[in-house]
Amino acid sequence: MSVIRKYQFVSPAVKRVSQYLILPVAILVIWQLLSQAGLIKPLILPPPTKVAGAFWELLSSGQLPKHIWISILRVSEGFGLAALVGIVMGIGIGLSRTLDRLTDLVIQVLRPIPPIAWIPLAILWFGIDELSKIYIIFLGAFFPVFVNVIEGIRNTDQRFIEVARILEVPRWKLIRQVVIPGVLPYIMTGLRVSLGVAWMCVVAAELIAANQGVGYLINDARQLSQTDVVLVGMITIGVTGKVMDSMLKRLENRLVGWKISYSGD
Amino acid sequence: MQSPAGSTLVIQNLNKKFKTRENEIIALQDINLNIHQGEFISIVGRSGCGKSTLLRVIAGLENDYEGLVVLGNKQISRPGLDRGMVFQEHRLLPWLKIKDNVAFGLADNLGGEKIRIVQEHINLVGLTGFEKAYPHQLSGGMAQRVAIARALVNRPQVLLLDEPFGALDALTRIQMQQEILRIWEAEKTTMILVTHDIDEAVYLGDRVVVMSSRPGTVKKIVPVALARPRDRSSYDFIQIRKAIYSEFFADAEKPFAYAI
Repeated sequence: MSVIRKYQFVSPAVKRVSQYLILPVAILVIWQLLSQAGLIKPLILPPPTKVAGAFWELLSSGQLPKHIWISILRVSEGFGLAALVGIVMGIGIGLSRTLDRLTDLVIQVLRPIPPIAWIPLAILWFGIDELSKIYIIFLGAFFPVFVNVIEGIRNTDQRFIEVARILEVPRWKLIRQVVIPGVLPYIMTGLRVSLGVAWMCVVAAELIAANQGVGYLINDARQLSQTDVVLVGMITIGVTGKVMDSMLKRLENRLVGWKISYSGD
Repeated sequence: MQSPAGSTLVIQNLNKKFKTRENEIIALQDINLNIHQGEFISIVGRSGCGKSTLLRVIAGLENDYEGLVVLGNKQISRPGLDRGMVFQEHRLLPWLKIKDNVAFGLADNLGGEKIRIVQEHINLVGLTGFEKAYPHQLSGGMAQRVAIARALVNRPQVLLLDEPFGALDALTRIQMQQEILRIWEAEKTTMILVTHDIDEAVYLGDRVVVMSSRPGTVKKIVPVALARPRDRSSYDFIQIRKAIYSEFFADAEKPFAYAI
């Protein structure tokens, strides 16, 4: 009885929001309490209040916006290029067996090479400026989109192909109205994975050779033992990545609204 | 090949085998059937008797068969606009609106004519007002109506129906049977319906082709000389249904009879 009565006073919206917040708030509270009790050394992990202070300082000095903006720019350029090339190449190779055979070996050998392993070459080729970072991000973000597009084309529903054959639908119309829309959910999945990889790549590239960007900010702070700044950089990447992923998810819902997906109980 | 007078679809000595790695499965054996223009043919048989394969051969989806399958003096070897098909699942493209699904098989060079043809067929299947809906917003029966409209837009001579109402609930199925009769009378299309529902076969068909399984052969062709609309509870209807029923279950009853 008491359980039933309790829920009558909590609106579903409040309940939903609080379900989202319980875990992060709990982590922050425990982290703060452990720090104040002296169980965690500030150099290893400064308390949330100190991290918040560093965040505010970096924000008001304009340092954080400058670095994060550079990183966002790099990610957008590398990821955008990877998405474009990945989708176009994926559709081309997915539709043509000949093109597939011509490119297969090269792609399969290049794919397992981690983008980070390209950093030395990228610096030799493009220097330590923008171009080398964009190149690394492109390499990392390209494969998830590319592989997903091909997978999507290979998974085109054969039953729709039969319908198109019976109706003598011409090939280009089949591609436009059956194959491409069927691939869209795969493209979106690929894009979301790619975006995550793009952030990994930008930070890795900036950690190794850069004079601006969040990765540089983190590495610089590490050398000066400013653990709180390191954490600010990390959390900023996390939040920015999450925001960009949400934007992609929105786009996905708009583009593939016809697809009813299961979102858990 | 000259077809007998009044026949649109002639099937003679049709054999169809499926080869697997180890052995050969005979799906259809020595099928002979003449179907007249505008006729409604029901084909009943157990699952796996090859009735769907027969339909796929007529559709042109299976082309390595032996024998003659001739539509209007032309041997069938591939799909064509003279044949439409409706499957058990509606197979509508989930990302296209109803009107675009219906227009899927129409050539793009029709211009304004295209819009008229699409609307005409949406009206024909009784879905006026649902032009802009998406397939997932429709019930199973409505989706199947769209599939019928899509199959009819090019005015095929023959409409092939592969258990089109098999997945619908009993009440919707009866409603759809009446609906397909209305469309048949309006469009004068030759209909070939595959089903495992004897009641449906007798209700709809001018003739009922009974198929036996493994290998798939035509066991019997039962004419249904009853005026439409047919009364499913009339004496004649029940007699015909009984006759077809015994084609399937007589074998099982025989040992029982001998035991007495």
